[in-house]
Amino acid sequence: MEDIIVCEGLNKYYSGVHALKDLSLKIKKDSVVGLIGDNGAGKSTLIKILSGAHQPDSGHIYFEGNKVKFKSTKEAMNLGIETIYQYSALIPEMSIARNIFIGREQTQYNVGNFGLMKTKTMQDDAMKALTDVELHLRSPDTPVNQLSGGERQGVVIARAMYFKSKVLILDEPTNHLSVKETNKVLRFVEGLKSQGVTSIFITHNLSHVYPIADHLCVMARGEKIADLDKRDTTIDHLTDLLVNG
Amino acid sequence: MSKNFSLRSLLVRPEVATFLMFLAIMIGFYIANERFLDARNIRIVMGITPEYIIVAIGIAILMISGEFDLSVGSVFALVPMTIVQMVHQGIPPWFAIFLGLMIGIIVGFVNGFITLRFGIPSFIATLGMLYIARSLTTVATAGFPPPFPHILPNELFVYQFELFRASLYWALLVAVVLGVMLHRSNVGNWIYATGGDQNAASSMGIKTGNVKMFCFILCGFLAGFAGMIQTFRLEAPLPSQGYLLELESIAAAVIGGVSLFGGIGTVFGAVIGAILIRFLESGIIMARIDAEWFRAGLGSLIIIAVVFNTYISRRATRIGQNKAKD
Ligand SMILES: Nc1ncnc2c1ncn2[C@@H]1O[C@H](COP(=O)(O)OP(=O)(O)OP(=O)(O)O)[C@@H](O)[C@H]1O
Ligand SMILES: [Mg+2]
Repeated sequence: MEDIIVCEGLNKYYSGVHALKDLSLKIKKDSVVGLIGDNGAGKSTLIKILSGAHQPDSGHIYFEGNKVKFKSTKEAMNLGIETIYQYSALIPEMSIARNIFIGREQTQYNVGNFGLMKTKTMQDDAMKALTDVELHLRSPDTPVNQLSGGERQGVVIARAMYFKSKVLILDEPTNHLSVKETNKVLRFVEGLKSQGVTSIFITHNLSHVYPIADHLCVMARGEKIADLDKRDTTIDHLTDLLVNG
Repeated sequence: MSKNFSLRSLLVRPEVATFLMFLAIMIGFYIANERFLDARNIRIVMGITPEYIIVAIGIAILMISGEFDLSVGSVFALVPMTIVQMVHQGIPPWFAIFLGLMIGIIVGFVNGFITLRFGIPSFIATLGMLYIARSLTTVATAGFPPPFPHILPNELFVYQFELFRASLYWALLVAVVLGVMLHRSNVGNWIYATGGDQNAASSMGIKTGNVKMFCFILCGFLAGFAGMIQTFRLEAPLPSQGYLLELESIAAAVIGGVSLFGGIGTVFGAVIGAILIRFLESGIIMARIDAEWFRAGLGSLIIIAVVFNTYISRRATRIGQNKAKD
């Protein structure tokens, strides 16, 4: 299968800290990639670069075969790379519908980039997007702070699906979630594959990602120390890599 | 059940609580003195309220975006003072009004620029501007308050109709236009998102700096516009005009349900908050209580409103989380 993202020799320094060391990585289309590593391994740094939030100090990124240089998250989003950050990318006080459309509102009577929101269409589409990821919530007007952690991640995933992302990057989406809520999120992610979405799942909890991953990539101290197909590895082997670097 | 739920979700809206508080205060003062709600008193109170409504709306929108402006009281004096002085210098009235309102816009821009460029709290940046703009007003006064030039088209802004002044209709226009902007347009969505969680908003591609800058400029413009209306009404430009107005407009916004932490609030709430403060003032005077009690009343109102809003927003969150656990 073809590679949707290829990274070559990425380096990133944060005022002296060499957070990413010569990292190269290939990600196959329609797969679930588990990106694992201990705290400070550089996982978030890598995905911030892939999502356009940070720029690498050196190295190249290819997306669907074309060399890309993202100056902002917006640029990456426009190409179909959507990111769910460690902190939730939702505004707690705002409704589900408004959250789904933040920055991409459906508008009418436009003057330049500004216009009045088509509230009804946005509500209906939000509801449809939620149903598409099997999330059944009462109303699109519910403020997000009234949802459970798993439901919030569901909304974020629904948003990514609605805007037809090709790649969905999830940075510790199961952090602080109960077992039940975690399973819900894992099911969302598993469902993405069949819909033609590639996902990169970052976690330091191997047991979360192992069941749903096709491919596993282990990082330590800013370097990639293993890059394995699930068929070629075991959970014990990966644990050993994680613990002993 | 679902009807029950929607009634509850209506009651947890902070501006609804403000409105109920407003009704309670109106009824209370009416019982104390029937003349509180007669045409004469309403004419007096609603004659001065529009100016406060306009400033409160600007402050509310800025606070929703997550910033403050302590310089509104000074801008409220600076803008009309410069308009009057420019007219005395022979500048045509409408051009002087245009230039004066530009000063409000520029002050807003400078507030935003300093806050955003140097990453300092807007509380501090605009505290500095509070002193600077007040000082400039005194300098522009040039010693003695100048007479009001009657070639200025002040009737257009403050003409006294039967019950209301023209300024009330200007305030309503501002409220409707900005209410639609805040609650119905995509810009409004960006403002809430920016104030609600700046990191999340910018990760969704919103230019949060531009959004805040827009709110700073809007706030400066509205403060100047409102100050101009007050001078037009009094037909006297006073360098002390708008003294302590910055705190009072924050009070109006907060009483109206705007959160100090950004991301929450409505234009309607700010309008009700501003009207409530003016009627509270009038009610205390008419109930023949020492006018000094106005500030104590206002202070209590602020505390009650914030405690209440904090309580209901915690409750609302808890309702939701319990529901999610089922
Ligand atoms: N903005 C920053 N400024 C300075 N140093 C940073 C910054 N962000 C990350 N670092 C450093 O870079 C290294 C890699 O951090 P990163 O956040 O990518 O790790 P991570 O693998 O995501 O860890 P975790 O599992 O804790 O989320 C760490 O040493 C961290 O301290
Ligand atoms: Mg991380």
